Amino acid sequence: MINLENPKKFRALVNQAHQVAANVFRPISRKYDASEHAYPVELDMLAAIMDGMNDGTTGEGAGAGKLKQDSGAKKEGIQNGTNMSTVLSLAELCWGDVGLSLTLPRQGLGNAAIAAVADDEQFARFGGKWAAMAITEPGFGSDSAAVRTTAIRDGDEYIINGEKIYVTSGERADCVVVWASVDRSLGRAAIKSFIVEKGTPGMEVVRLEKKLGIKASDTAAITFTDCRIPATNLLGDPEVNVEKGFAGVMQTFDNTRPVVAAMAIGVAKASLDRTREILKKLKVKADYRTPHKLASQLEAKLYRYEAEWEAARLLTLKAAWMADNGMPNSKEASMSKAKAGRTANEITLGCVEMLGMLGYGEDELLEKWSRDSKILDIFEGTQQIQQLIVARRLLGKSSAELK
Amino acid sequence: MSKDIQGVGLGIASRFAGSEFAKKYGLRRPAEKLAYVSTKKGFEVIGQMMANKAKKKSDDPKMLPEPSTAGLFDLTLSEEQQMIKDTVRSYAEDVVRGLAHDANEDMDLPETYLQDIMDLGLNFFSVPETLGGAAQTYSPTTNAIIAEELAWGDFSLAYATLAPVAVANAIVKWGTQAQKEALLPDYLATTPVKSCIAVQEPDALFDPAKLSTKAKKTKAGFEISGVKSLVPFGGKADTYLIAARYKRRNRLFVVPGNAPGIEWTKAPAMGLRATATGTLKLDKVAIGKDALLGDDSFNFEAFMDLGQLHWCALAIGACQAALDYLIPYVNEREAFGEPISHRQAVAFMIANIGIELESMRLMVWRAAALAEAGKPFHREAYLAHVLCSEKAMEIGTNAVQLLGGHGFTKEHPAERWYRDLRVLACINGGMHL
Repeated sequence: MINLENPKKFRALVNQAHQVAANVFRPISRKYDASEHAYPVELDMLAAIMDGMNDGTTGEGAGAGKLKQDSGAKKEGIQNGTNMSTVLSLAELCWGDVGLSLTLPRQGLGNAAIAAVADDEQFARFGGKWAAMAITEPGFGSDSAAVRTTAIRDGDEYIINGEKIYVTSGERADCVVVWASVDRSLGRAAIKSFIVEKGTPGMEVVRLEKKLGIKASDTAAITFTDCRIPATNLLGDPEVNVEKGFAGVMQTFDNTRPVVAAMAIGVAKASLDRTREILKKLKVKADYRTPHKLASQLEAKLYRYEAEWEAARLLTLKAAWMADNGMPNSKEASMSKAKAGRTANEITLGCVEMLGMLGYGEDELLEKWSRDSKILDIFEGTQQIQQLIVARRLLGKSSAELK
Repeated sequence: MSKDIQGVGLGIASRFAGSEFAKKYGLRRPAEKLAYVSTKKGFEVIGQMMANKAKKKSDDPKMLPEPSTAGLFDLTLSEEQQMIKDTVRSYAEDVVRGLAHDANEDMDLPETYLQDIMDLGLNFFSVPETLGGAAQTYSPTTNAIIAEELAWGDFSLAYATLAPVAVANAIVKWGTQAQKEALLPDYLATTPVKSCIAVQEPDALFDPAKLSTKAKKTKAGFEISGVKSLVPFGGKADTYLIAARYKRRNRLFVVPGNAPGIEWTKAPAMGLRATATGTLKLDKVAIGKDALLGDDSFNFEAFMDLGQLHWCALAIGACQAALDYLIPYVNEREAFGEPISHRQAVAFMIANIGIELESMRLMVWRAAALAEAGKPFHREAYLAHVLCSEKAMEIGTNAVQLLGGHGFTKEHPAERWYRDLRVLACINGGMHL
């Protein structure tokens, strides 16, 4: 039955997330924007709350550590599950602050990867830890297959060598999921992911990036020099399957892209809400009564932004809904990320413009949101990568044909 | 008319019988029944099939009730909706698309078009069972699906087909019991009704909240004067549902097409040409007491919202048609030694058409589903129209662009989609989900 309203069963969870966003994140939002690299001590308390939310009464929870493509076979009928609840609650948290949401303990992208592919033994060892994700290297960004970091098998161990950059929570996390090649002559099929625990000899955080936005979240450069890890830390199948290739590692993204889209939806909503609030005091009503083309410039802009925002939100919910119901959603996940990423950036920048100096100045958080939003159209696959994926799916083209 | 309608009906039914859907739900046998009767009132049959199925299910204690999805986010079509979607798409593909080019050139409907499409039984699907139709519930989402699938064949012909359905929908939604009983049987007759809703007026800054067309009370009923734009059916409509200002409110009046004082003049626009649009002048047109549709509970805003959503749904169909047409074209067309779809400049335009098309559909479905559930839906309908207006034209212009010079000629339907889709941001009213 067609229904595009937020499911009632997640109302309490979403409200909880909103309370955290409004009462914990917002009051410290500017503080950690101004003091980049300072650890937000308030978050340790929050981690406990998040764990509580995960184990909450709905029994399904939310968050990176819970994300999994449901098989769809085990339950009867249509499901609204973990993907949906994660997307909904994360959008609320990011309405409070994207940077702080990103640095929530145990909510890293590595946690999503572990949840998606770890076996029972690995899940028992790492499920409760905070895991960052290390993919990007100085020599490549979007072209994930160009990994130069190597993992060479030596008895019961792998020896990792290489340099990773842009590792979100790379300094704060308990461990890092590292993408490395077990045999560079075999191309992308040889790329596997490995869990490296913090403190492993040979792993070193060498730098923290200074950034345009999301300053509350640490972004680390990490080097691996003859870093030895147990062979059992390899996630997924250790065999190099040239036929199957890269698909396994890339699969994680189908689950995490709607999550990043949800972040974009959260920050865009923050800008829209605040802009509406300010404009309302200035007698700009935007009450959907005047036909769009007869509305004032400010009203028409608000309507347009709201329409774009709703569209991005619905695309994201659709992608999450598909994942919850075991439907392949690679195209829809990328659609949601492409739409939400660019829309959030346009809206947050547009809201600053609409309010002039009030928007541009640091007295309001609007300028901050417009800086924070930019990364959401870049990480977890840039706008252009998402379009490439969508185009390949629609056109039936391989990555060799449509480059 | 080039195709034998009976053959088309059989084609639809056999395709349905062979579909995964029919297999999954064990509907092969009913589908054979559908093949037998599909040349008569296809939708009536679907309605009856669904009713029988529901009945059988509730009679059989062994059948477990389907799990409730109430309150969940869900994009699954009901069985009935899926059947309707498949049936209408088949018709659009087999019949409507083939007629579109000439109808546009002729600036008129193919001679027997409205009579032929009666066999699809769309009217039956609007009229409630209690009045002899096949509709079990009033369903704006189903109506949106019908509009989309039919407009996949042709925007303009879908408009002509659905304009009378929209009138029936409006009567069902807003009419008094007496009006329903008096007016709806016409929509179940064997000859097609030509009727349409007329709201739009020829004013650059037209605001439907401030209609210039006025109605006043007379001893015998009402008297209406005003001008309406983009009125289809070449002045041959049987009935107009006219929006006019009455007692400081906007109301609808049922006006016979041949009432004295009505004058239709041809006024072609850049699109919707197959529907033979014109300007309707009403000069002190006298109508009876029963002509005022509904009572004081009539909600003009909701009426307009359902209209705009209907237009949006038509636009979605045309945009989907454009995407489906463009994909094989850009894959086959070669430049510089390879298909042009291998270039990101081309491929990204396709990606964005796909993304925005899905955006449009979700926005319209959301508003329609709220309307169906009897919840407030004005904001959602407003925003759906804002989004669709922009994206539909973007898709229309990019469809021509991707075909290059070919897109600019009438060899391809893209230029027609381009002209038809322009209407979405301009139009106010005329339809009703």
